Amino acid sequence: MATSDIQVAEHALQHHFADMEQQQETSTFGMWMFLVTEIMFFGGLFCAYLVYRASYYQAFVEGSQKMNIWLGATNTAVLICSSLSMALGVRAAQMGKPKLMAVLLLITIVLGCGFLGIKAVEYHEHWVNHEFPGPNFHFETGDPAHPATDPVHTEIYFSLYWAMTGLHALHMVIGVGLVTWIIIAGLGGAYSRAYFTPVENVGLYWHFVDLVWIYLFPLLYLISKKHGG
Amino acid sequence: MKQMQEEHFDPMSHLVPISLYVTIWAALMVFTGITVFAATVELGVFNIVVALLIATIKGTLVVLFFMHLRYSTKLTMVTVVAAIFFLIILFSLSMTDYLTRAWSTSLR
Repeated sequence: MATSDIQVAEHALQHHFADMEQQQETSTFGMWMFLVTEIMFFGGLFCAYLVYRASYYQAFVEGSQKMNIWLGATNTAVLICSSLSMALGVRAAQMGKPKLMAVLLLITIVLGCGFLGIKAVEYHEHWVNHEFPGPNFHFETGDPAHPATDPVHTEIYFSLYWAMTGLHALHMVIGVGLVTWIIIAGLGGAYSRAYFTPVENVGLYWHFVDLVWIYLFPLLYLISKKHGG
Repeated sequence: MKQMQEEHFDPMSHLVPISLYVTIWAALMVFTGITVFAATVELGVFNIVVALLIATIKGTLVVLFFMHLRYSTKLTMVTVVAAIFFLIILFSLSMTDYLTRAWSTSLR
C-alpha cells in the first residue's frame, strides 16, 4: 500500500516542484485563482442585478412572484446534499479509497442531474408562460386586481434570471463532466493518499457552484413575501 | 532526503472528520429553511439584509469547511480575501454612482 503510494507520488511529481506538498499547494492556489476570476465573472451579473433591482424594485417583485419557491428551495437542498457527498468523496480520495470515492462522487452526479432536472421543469414553466425575454415576452401578474405595473422592466428581471441561472446551470453541466472524469481516473488508479490534487480541485469547483446558488436563490426567488405557491 | 520529504508530507493531517462535514451540512439545511421562512415575514428593507446575511453565513461555512480554506495556506486565504475585497469595490463604486444620480436632478 505505502510502496505503491510512493510510486504513484513519484510518478505524479512534476520536475519543477520540490515535493508533493509544494506541488499540491501550488495547484490548489492556481485553482483558487481561477475561482477568483469566476467570482468576478458572476460578480458582474450580480452587480447588474443590484443596479436594476435598486432602480425597478416593483417590477422585480412582480417577476420574482412567478418563481416557484418550493422548487427553488428543493434545488438548494439538493445542491447542499451534493456538496456533502462531494466533500466526503474528496475525503475518501485523501484516505486512498478509490471505490468509496467513486460511489460518493456518483451520488454527487445523481444529485447534480437532479438539480438540472428540477431547473428544466422551472425553465419549461417560464417558457410556456412567455416569461422569456425577447419578441414573445409577455407578462401578467395572474391577479386581475393587481395588473403588472411595469412589464418592460420585469423583462429585465427575467433577462437576469435566465442569464444568471443559465450560466450557473452551464457550470453544473461542466461540473458533472469533471466529476465523471475524476471517477473514471480514480477507478483507473490515478489517485492515492499521496496524490489526489485533481479530486480536491474539482471539489473546490463543485462547492463554488453551490456557493453561487446560495446567493442566487434568495436574490431571485425570495424578493417579496407574497409567493402564492 | 527523498525519504524525509515523503515523511514530512502527510495528507492525512488535513483529514476533516465526517461528523464535522455532516454538522456543516445540517447547518446549511437549517439556514435554507430559515431563509425561506424569513422571506414570509414582512420586515421591509430588512428582508434583503436578513436574506443576504443568511446567504453569507452559509457561504462562509461552505468556503471554510467544504472548500478547506480553514486548513489552507495563508496565500490561499489572502487570495480569497482579495476576491471579496474586489467584489466589494465592484458593488460599492457601481452603487455610489447609480444610487446618487437622482440627487443631482433634484438639486436642479
